[in-house]
Amino acid sequence: MSKFSLWSVIQNGLNRQQGWQRQWRDPDPREKYDVVIVGAGLHGLATAYYLAKNHYVRNVAVLEKGWLGGGNAGRNTTIIRSNYMMPGNRQFYEHSLKLWEGLSHELNYNVMFSQRHHVTLLHSPAARDGAARRYNTMKLTDSDAEMWDLPTLRKEIPHLNYDNARFPIIGAAVQRRAGNARHDAVAWGYARGADGLGVDIIQNCEVTGVVRENGKVMGLKTTRGEIGAGKVGLAVAGNTSRLWQMAGLGNLPIETHKLQAFVSEPIKPLLDHVVVFGVGGAHFYISQSDKGGMVFGGDLDWYKSYAQRGNLPVVQDVCECATSILPCLGRVRLLRHWSGLMDMSMDGSPFICKTPVENLYLNAGWNYGGFKASPASGWYFADLIANNRAHETVGHFTLDRFRKGVIIDERGAGPDPKLHG
Amino acid sequence: MLRIACPFCGLRDHSEFAYGGDATVVYPALDAGEDAWHDAVFMRENVRGVQLETWHHVNGCRMWLIVERDTLTHEIVSVRPAHPEWANAITTETSLKGDT
Repeated sequence: MSKFSLWSVIQNGLNRQQGWQRQWRDPDPREKYDVVIVGAGLHGLATAYYLAKNHYVRNVAVLEKGWLGGGNAGRNTTIIRSNYMMPGNRQFYEHSLKLWEGLSHELNYNVMFSQRHHVTLLHSPAARDGAARRYNTMKLTDSDAEMWDLPTLRKEIPHLNYDNARFPIIGAAVQRRAGNARHDAVAWGYARGADGLGVDIIQNCEVTGVVRENGKVMGLKTTRGEIGAGKVGLAVAGNTSRLWQMAGLGNLPIETHKLQAFVSEPIKPLLDHVVVFGVGGAHFYISQSDKGGMVFGGDLDWYKSYAQRGNLPVVQDVCECATSILPCLGRVRLLRHWSGLMDMSMDGSPFICKTPVENLYLNAGWNYGGFKASPASGWYFADLIANNRAHETVGHFTLDRFRKGVIIDERGAGPDPKLHG
Repeated sequence: MLRIACPFCGLRDHSEFAYGGDATVVYPALDAGEDAWHDAVFMRENVRGVQLETWHHVNGCRMWLIVERDTLTHEIVSVRPAHPEWANAITTETSLKGDT
């Protein structure tokens, strides 16, 4: 694998762009690996990369039933932030944001991470007090956070509906280091990085069964034959329950719901920030891609689903939010909308933990928040698999936290998966 | 749009309804052990295929329904009242309407 550099760009410019190589191999599966990761999404690929990079575990395969980065990696609104407050989440997402800050250099691949500020609009004194508490907690725990008053907000983002909004805007809570990145580039960057360190990424290879012996996992049955494994890590958000049941482990505190995202036709530069609007029943987040499309999303479709397609009532809800907060978008046409499968957990927080089966590890339950989490998720999941013990930062991301009463319910919504946005 | 055939109101858009959840969950007795309550409150089968689920016709007759629906294709197999005894009370008073 050749390294990208200014020199390689000049060299290929003089060489009619003939010198570029494949970014990763397309190997056939070997008989046995030390570690097999199921799911070549962002979390699986990041896990493989950090296993090889941080822990020198390089006899690793990543199995993918479709193509890499074809699931939720390509179905999100690419927002990156660490404005979580609950202990556990706070440290984890802050670590993830720090990894994002160095990711392009780390991977030698431009993930187009853009720290364009994450701006949460506030509409009432109570919301402002709540945000102040959260953002003060962030400041006290090694992060950046600030509150904007209305004149500052008007100056920074002039196009919002300041004049006749149903819920007038009174200010905003802002994280400057937050922003977004190019989702495909993250998947490709991790894939290229992992492959360069010797990891086999095996696409079109669906897992059909888990081979267990004496309470230990021995390998996986796949559509490309049986693959032996010293350790197996599951990173298959949306389909976690299916693999869990294949391993004979029963039920999980997870439901699969679908979340839609939308992109408009490209327009001239309009919005320099990630803007979040949530008041009453509305929930809406929007940013503008480098191509000019307005990328936005809202809530779940509200009913459980494994279908990767969205339904129309949510299209209407989200477009109503868009035009209520950014009325200037009224004549902009919607280009595409799509839907991904969320592992909605019972408290809105994830799982990075051991399982009742020896050498089988779980990475799941990311709700709406998997994209921003992917570097730290891979980082700590690799650490768990390599050392067979969870790092203290993810010590509460366990399945038994419900039994123990140490739930991490950031939204305070209770045990109803669809309510954890 | 999903179309749900409410036994009281006829065929209606799903936007009139609120999704409840897994209809196979049965809460145990109040003095049942921690395991039984843990499983009922937190653990789900998360079926990929036909599952039983509750829907509330919140912008209609306000009755809770049990819907048998495929979570992969969204096909609705059957719809019935969640509380048949209440349904009987209503149907003896008024005749059921067909599709509206």
